[in-house]
Amino acid sequence: MSDTGAAVNTATRRTLPRFTLKDSAGEQRTFPTGRHSLLAFVKEDCPTCVLSMPVIEAARRAYGDALDVWIIGQESEGNDRLEQQFGLDDPILDDSALKVSFAFDLDTVPAIILANANGNELRNFVGFPKADWLDLFRELSSLTGITAPAVDWQSYPELRPGCGSRSVEPEIADRLAAEAENSPLRARKIEIGPSDDPFEFMFDQGLTDGLPVVLPTPERVLRMLAGTRRDPQSVVGIVPPNMAPATVEKIAINAVMAGCKPAYLPVVIAAVEAVCTDEFNMHGVLATTHFPGPVLIVNGPIRDRIGMNYRINALGQGNRANSTIGRALQLVVRNLGGGRPGEVDRAVLGQPGKLSFCFAEYEERSNWEPLHVELGFRKDESVVTVFAGASPTGFVDQLSRGAKSLATSYGLELASAGHPKQYNYGEIVVVVPPEHVDTFAKDGWTKAQVREQIQKATLRPVRELMQDDSCAEGLARGQAEKLGLDTMLPKFRANDNIKLVVAGGEAGKFGVYIQGWVSGPMGSIITSRRIEE
Amino acid sequence: MTTILDPTDERVPVQRSLTRRPEAITGTVALLDISKPRGNVLIDRLQERLSERLPGITIRRYAKPTFAKPAPDALRRRIAEESDFVIEALAD
Repeated sequence: MSDTGAAVNTATRRTLPRFTLKDSAGEQRTFPTGRHSLLAFVKEDCPTCVLSMPVIEAARRAYGDALDVWIIGQESEGNDRLEQQFGLDDPILDDSALKVSFAFDLDTVPAIILANANGNELRNFVGFPKADWLDLFRELSSLTGITAPAVDWQSYPELRPGCGSRSVEPEIADRLAAEAENSPLRARKIEIGPSDDPFEFMFDQGLTDGLPVVLPTPERVLRMLAGTRRDPQSVVGIVPPNMAPATVEKIAINAVMAGCKPAYLPVVIAAVEAVCTDEFNMHGVLATTHFPGPVLIVNGPIRDRIGMNYRINALGQGNRANSTIGRALQLVVRNLGGGRPGEVDRAVLGQPGKLSFCFAEYEERSNWEPLHVELGFRKDESVVTVFAGASPTGFVDQLSRGAKSLATSYGLELASAGHPKQYNYGEIVVVVPPEHVDTFAKDGWTKAQVREQIQKATLRPVRELMQDDSCAEGLARGQAEKLGLDTMLPKFRANDNIKLVVAGGEAGKFGVYIQGWVSGPMGSIITSRRIEE
Repeated sequence: MTTILDPTDERVPVQRSLTRRPEAITGTVALLDISKPRGNVLIDRLQERLSERLPGITIRRYAKPTFAKPAPDALRRRIAEESDFVIEALAD
């Protein structure tokens, strides 16, 4: 309900939208008409509209020869009932599609609008303000020279607020905005026939990741776009392998399908931007027979604003933002980029994280600098970091009570990443749970100290990393001899390749590492983008 | 009737027909190593055998900087300009 019963504006001279509507007798009527017009927008289930009908009809009977008095109804069956109830001589115009109500930007009905011959607005009011009706009748009489009709004004209230126009009901307003001429939507519309199950249709067209998707109707996509200030047609990145431009609109469509809320869209946009870089190398990440998919790590204030999980079961199921943001990115890669399994995606086994792998860092739980700060952002910035990672590998240390012992455990475990003889390793993400954070904190260890100890614990002589009779994997003899068989090598090319990220519930001395792929400029480099909210 | 918006790039796939296969191998043959381990071993052997069987041809060797990324445009153009045939050692 609106309370704008007395909204009067006689100063406006806005040009009203042109329209053509059919009346209930099937005749087309076009506005402007070439004479003065009085337009009355009504809906039958609005008591104020019903209250106003005799006055509107009185105006039509009195002035109808000199100007056009049109009643425009918002609901077909309701229009029929109004015609019968009030014995209208002149059929009601049918705006049940609500396009004219939307174009007139109506909030409230009844809406009474007086326009001149060119369709310029002379006067308008909504609801039932008796004084405005009296003013209107005076104006109509002075315009036409016709005496005002007799109305039993005593039987009417001074003021009765109107009702909400059907064109602003939430579902309908979104549809109307999506269909309007100035709609920001440009994507091709696909009609799914009435005999098709829309969910099956999405599978049949190859548009899903194997799970059902939310149908990307224009209304939903429009609501999704409200999650960003960016122009829907601006291009965020070029998505490999098809090198397709990812507009904000196309990303929003895929985000709807993934099940995102509009508030998540800025994260998805930033993630698409990050994977569409030469550093991240999405083409290679797809084309390899190895395991990687984009692993998303979110930092900064947006984590809490959109309700991301970085605590108990942080890498698991059950949180909408975590589950759908990663999925939306994968759907963009699939649907826009054409990166489909068995086509350009050549993964021999793949891994479940390729459906969605997204979590946030529990920044508050440690004194360490969070990942995004280490990567050069301010702590108060929201950032998404993408890492070409495999599935998480869990490891256990329940007995270490000091930092050195725990970091040694980490090193012994990480030494086997990929293969125990695969050294000179690139980037790896290690998720440190709160109980392990506490153990490191007890001895005041920095991330740098943890990394240093991990590297020390991984040291092996080259001869153990060499190809031999018991295991053909490892360094070729020639390479090994060049390095020196007794030279001690650490697992990682650089200490900074070990990315320590805090997440998880309060109880449990279990960590996770996420293996990388070919790391560095020849493969994929961990890549971050600021999230523009 | 349900209306949805197209989540794809809306490109109609381009049909490309294969170039006509010549009757005989003449001119320049490109051997492309994508830089996968031991790809060069295969290409070396191929070069030996081709030189024995087809002494009249010219062989040119090319290599991608990394197997993990698509061949740079400049390399692709060079191969297309300089060669009549390409043999690529695609994977290990």
